[in-house]
Amino acid sequence: MAKVIKIKKGLNIRLQGQAEKILETAPRSEEYALKPPDFHGLFPKMMVKEGDRVKAGTPLFFDKYNEKVVFTAPVSGTYKELVRGAKRRILEVKITPDADTEHHDFKIGSLGDMDRQEVIDKMLESGLWPMIRQRPYSVIAKPDDKPKAIFVSGFNTAPLAPDFDFIVKGQEDQFQKGLDALAKLTDGDVNLSIDAENTQSNAIRNAKGVKVHQFSGPHPAGNIGVQIHHINPINKGDIVWYVDFQDVIIIGRFFEKGIYDPSKIIALTGSEVLNPRYYRVATGAKISDITRDNIRQEEEVNKRFISGDALTGAKVESSGFLGFYDNQVTVIPEGDKPEFMGWLIPSPEKFSVSRTFFSFLMPWKKYRLDTNIRSGERPFVITGIYEKVLPMEIMPMQLIKSIMINDIDMMEKLGIYEVAPEDFALCEFVCPSKIEMQTIIREGLDTMQREFS
Amino acid sequence: MKPLHDLVEKVKPHFEKGGRFEKFYRTFEAFETFLFVPGNVTRRGSHIRDAMDMKRTMVHVIIALMPALLFGIWNVGYQHYKATGVEAEFIDQVVYGLIQVLPIVVVSYISGLAIEFIFATIRNHEVNEGFLVSGMLIPLVIPASTPLWMVSVATIFAVIIGKEVFGGTGMNILNPALLARAFLFFAYPSYLSGEVWIAGTAEQLDGVSGATALAVLAIGEGEMPSALDMFLGTIPGSIGETSTVAILLGAIVLVATGVGSLRIMLSVVAGGLLMGGILNLVAVNEFMEIPPYYHLIMGGFAFGTVYMATDPVSASQTGVGKYIYGLLIGVLTVLIRVVNPAYPEGMMLAILFMNVFAPLIDHYVVQSHIKKRMKRMEKIPAKA
Repeated sequence: MAKVIKIKKGLNIRLQGQAEKILETAPRSEEYALKPPDFHGLFPKMMVKEGDRVKAGTPLFFDKYNEKVVFTAPVSGTYKELVRGAKRRILEVKITPDADTEHHDFKIGSLGDMDRQEVIDKMLESGLWPMIRQRPYSVIAKPDDKPKAIFVSGFNTAPLAPDFDFIVKGQEDQFQKGLDALAKLTDGDVNLSIDAENTQSNAIRNAKGVKVHQFSGPHPAGNIGVQIHHINPINKGDIVWYVDFQDVIIIGRFFEKGIYDPSKIIALTGSEVLNPRYYRVATGAKISDITRDNIRQEEEVNKRFISGDALTGAKVESSGFLGFYDNQVTVIPEGDKPEFMGWLIPSPEKFSVSRTFFSFLMPWKKYRLDTNIRSGERPFVITGIYEKVLPMEIMPMQLIKSIMINDIDMMEKLGIYEVAPEDFALCEFVCPSKIEMQTIIREGLDTMQREFS
Repeated sequence: MKPLHDLVEKVKPHFEKGGRFEKFYRTFEAFETFLFVPGNVTRRGSHIRDAMDMKRTMVHVIIALMPALLFGIWNVGYQHYKATGVEAEFIDQVVYGLIQVLPIVVVSYISGLAIEFIFATIRNHEVNEGFLVSGMLIPLVIPASTPLWMVSVATIFAVIIGKEVFGGTGMNILNPALLARAFLFFAYPSYLSGEVWIAGTAEQLDGVSGATALAVLAIGEGEMPSALDMFLGTIPGSIGETSTVAILLGAIVLVATGVGSLRIMLSVVAGGLLMGGILNLVAVNEFMEIPPYYHLIMGGFAFGTVYMATDPVSASQTGVGKYIYGLLIGVLTVLIRVVNPAYPEGMMLAILFMNVFAPLIDHYVVQSHIKKRMKRMEKIPAKA
């Protein structure tokens, strides 16, 4: 327990707009949506018709390739419509909520009496299963697999990430119950990682029935992939499962009350938010509920709304919906204005990991970064910078190149099973050639998945 | 900057699809992005990006080259007046240097960028920034007496054969600037050896030896300059390579900003000292008797170490590989200098040689990395 895994490589990007530790209750949304694109590789098949009444926990659709996995309504109400995108891909499944949420009763007995299969069945039935994800590939776990271990990260180091200590307050029992449920799913360990210095909550630090690992260091120390790599790395043929921190609480709530209640506490963050705070919302809530009247008003500057953090989140409309796995909403300025000689002028407002700007002289300063790419895409030129932000025994540039040339053998040897797009988010951030590394990693994972399924 | 931006926006339609100058879109784009960082935004992946880009990287190399260039300009004038025996003020020396050096720089940039723009247009990709640096490196590694047409031919050769045939910046195997130098060296040997190192003396004077220290040692005639002169750079030689002091200033810029690889620089120096030391122990001829550190301040060693060996594209790309790559450059340079009197300047050939071997070094580094990963796999049972 005393051993601290020290992460040395990495980078904390200092953004403006950290959420204050004040919890607000968001107004009830006028609509909720489940977004199939949140689940990579999902091919949704609808189970309800427009106008159907649904309760919280009623199945809406299932995965064509994984039929046992159903996705259920986060609130009760009326199934309103589908929003489709290019090639008729389903983007949003919208629900108009009732005034009061009516929950489907899943008739849960005592968790202690249930065996592994019963727990899995209940989770599948209630729509909790998509919260269980697996490595390799970073997709929803297959209920028939037996993972060698399960991982939960008890802290988050992403830019402006929410504080799990604050979130768990008042839900400590549910968190523990969720961990107990996870322990039923594997013969191996349930591993919970904590921040050696900053995790104070007793419920996290001294969680029972799990192996607690202490980490310290900059982002991506809080990334599950980095933690798995240092605790029990994935080799070819291994499967591990991982669950998001808040999803553990939701799972615990389910086994406590027998209802699917996916309400969570999210942080509203970013330089464009007037009062960055925490809000209690349900999964699939409309982002405008919490951003309304809380965004800096300037005519000149367009805003980027992100469900998730600024490195890995999904771009959404200001009227868009919260993603299934996301614990924060980030609002930053769009960088859609050209800048005169921008590459030459070392403005103190610019942040760079390299010492060609002045940001390295001001380690206290917080930045209002925008979404400008700064230049077009180039071939790899600079070497040796990606390794500095990837705390894994992996050669990032060589792995990316092996994916680019579709060399499956090489990808495997260089460790593609261990990584997910989010682990390369910092590499993508620092890349002077502006190569879209997260997209490339996802393509590589897709290739491997196709090859072996 | 609004009026300028308005102007750019006004002429833009002519270069876009359907416009009159559609063919020149890439040329226009290069100038547009030079003037204004475009308002392109991220769409997926990381929403925010580091402010660093290729242009800024290259600009820092140019800044790091400035001390060598400025010193070189003065030294060209200084050497000229010294050889001709004419008393001259500092300002005269600089003016003479400018007259000799500036045209070479301009010709190098014009011929190289022309090729870059043509290829960007043919291949329809953005103009790469790589040549901003190559265009400055080429003038600095050749003598000031090189005829301008030769500068142009060498630059065009280097850009086409060194870079564009491989797919442009980032894809090249050899350092383009060194390739230009090597091209001149082998295609026009008489212009790059013997009495060429002092501009404007060849015809006028017979009695003055313009030989470099390396040539003195290789041929065994003439007078060796003092170590201090070689360190300061007040000796004949290629425009930018003579002053170790100026190059050290550049090295500080490169290392401080993180643009140049300190690993490579240190290991090249270590390799040079190592080989110099070994040969010094043997010491069977005059060249071997010189103290090992002489190698660092003679010829193009310092310049090659700081600006050429560190070129990230043609160097080794792995951490460990950089040490091996650098060390071998240092060793080979001294070896070529001392053992093969036909090529007194070993730096250029050593770097080009190691450029070719860098992918091989990387291959073995990656293989050992893979082996390490495999070992780990054995250590941890697949199913815990």
